[in-house]
Amino acid sequence: MLAAIGRWAATVLRGLGRLGLFLVDTARGLADYRTWTRLLPQQMRRIGVDSLPISLFIAAFTGIVLALLASYVITGAVPLYLVGTLVGKTMMMELGPVLTALALAGRVGANIAAELGTMQVTEQVDALETLAYDPYSYLVVPRMLAGTIMFPIIVAFAMGTGVLTGYLAATTLLPVTSDQFLHGLRLFFEPFDIQYGLIKAASFGFTITLIGSFLGLSTRGGAEGVGSATTRTVVYSAGMILVLDAYWAVTLLRHG
Amino acid sequence: MIEFRDLYKAFGPKHVLNGFSLDVADGETMVIIGFSGTGKSVAIKHVVGLLEPDAGAVAVDGQVVADLTREALAALRSRIGFVFQFAALFDSMNIYENVAFGLRRRRELAEHDIAERVEDALALVDLPGTQLRMPSELSGGMRKRVGLARAIAIQPKYMLYDEPTTGLDPVTSAVIDDLMVRTREKLGVTSIVITHDMRSAFKVGDRVAMLYEGRVRWSGTTAEIQAADDPVVRGFIEGRADARAEGGAADDGVPAEAGEA
Repeated sequence: MLAAIGRWAATVLRGLGRLGLFLVDTARGLADYRTWTRLLPQQMRRIGVDSLPISLFIAAFTGIVLALLASYVITGAVPLYLVGTLVGKTMMMELGPVLTALALAGRVGANIAAELGTMQVTEQVDALETLAYDPYSYLVVPRMLAGTIMFPIIVAFAMGTGVLTGYLAATTLLPVTSDQFLHGLRLFFEPFDIQYGLIKAASFGFTITLIGSFLGLSTRGGAEGVGSATTRTVVYSAGMILVLDAYWAVTLLRHG
Repeated sequence: MIEFRDLYKAFGPKHVLNGFSLDVADGETMVIIGFSGTGKSVAIKHVVGLLEPDAGAVAVDGQVVADLTREALAALRSRIGFVFQFAALFDSMNIYENVAFGLRRRRELAEHDIAERVEDALALVDLPGTQLRMPSELSGGMRKRVGLARAIAIQPKYMLYDEPTTGLDPVTSAVIDDLMVRTREKLGVTSIVITHDMRSAFKVGDRVAMLYEGRVRWSGTTAEIQAADDPVVRGFIEGRADARAEGGAADDGVPAEAGEA
């Protein structure tokens, strides 16, 4: 039993050590800006713009459900305009960033792991190196920067969409007027709500692209290895999103 | 000149190279032969710094590869063309972009110069007019020729071929052999060719070294190897099923992920 725990701990520590070295190499890769700046717009489109439809789809339905759920919870003496408050706060601070990130862990993270993993097992990464390119500058840096920059933008659109569909659901399906919803939305609104959601989104984007790149470039063993890297990327990314979500709540939401 | 100096490399418990030493003189074509899984590809990956030795060193033009800074290693790599076993073409790029890829790294060439170099390289491998095709549209032999064109487009001083004819039919293999000879004649490169194919070895090589149990078992000219009396070498050349057992070696090759077929 103790031996098994020891082996597990050694594996985890080795993995963390390799991840640390990977981050150091990625930071070094930033120096070759002439390589990654050329590739960044393409990755921003692939990771960001191409992810918008699925993100907005999820946000749209989340907004509707939130409005109906809020009206279900709010009964008796509690004023109905709080539907707007709940939809706004929840979309901006929690569900907008977290649901978008969970969906994109599959779309973006798995895509990066599969692409880089396939390049690794077919020696395309070795070919890059023999042609004097740094794989970190060429493959990793543009993806991680694109993820970190584009996730907040996607989440901002998701927030807006969720609030809009929540508003439409509340004013058409519930006995809530437009003025009531907007009054509730403004009542406890702080600019920090949006900042908080966007900070979380940036950290999710960084983490998902880091995990996808790291596991992709660590792939061994052909098609099976690529499949394993892809699956682990989705699982680890989903886990890390929830861990980071709790981290930011503890760090930024504790008063006094 | 490329020097392998008492090179040791292990992957986990498997010791692949055990004191591998070999000198490749400027202008010559050295063929390294050996059974599958004996570390031939592992050896040449040390030349471009894709692997680092556990002990010993590889030196190119007197520079020890493992001691080079990132910048110096990049400069060294730009003097070496590497032809991969399965070509390793970039799937997402067309043939033009694949062949131009190494040239773009240099940044001093204008686009029309790059286009000219790509055209010349593709003409040298008898694939003119394929610039706009994707790698997935090409046969295995054509992919290998594009891989060769990509390597020679950078006008290297050294060429490393990792099993260039493996998996090809005899006629296509002969075409690749001719291209290797033509590349040497046109560019005057120093080459290392990893192969199992003795017909190819005799055609393209000046000297042959046999890697066995992690070190050089035998080396000599292509004429000398045909008269070699070493039982392992003879068994390998003649393709005898018991050749590996002649030297007492077990059939437990390098893990595929270490880069050896």
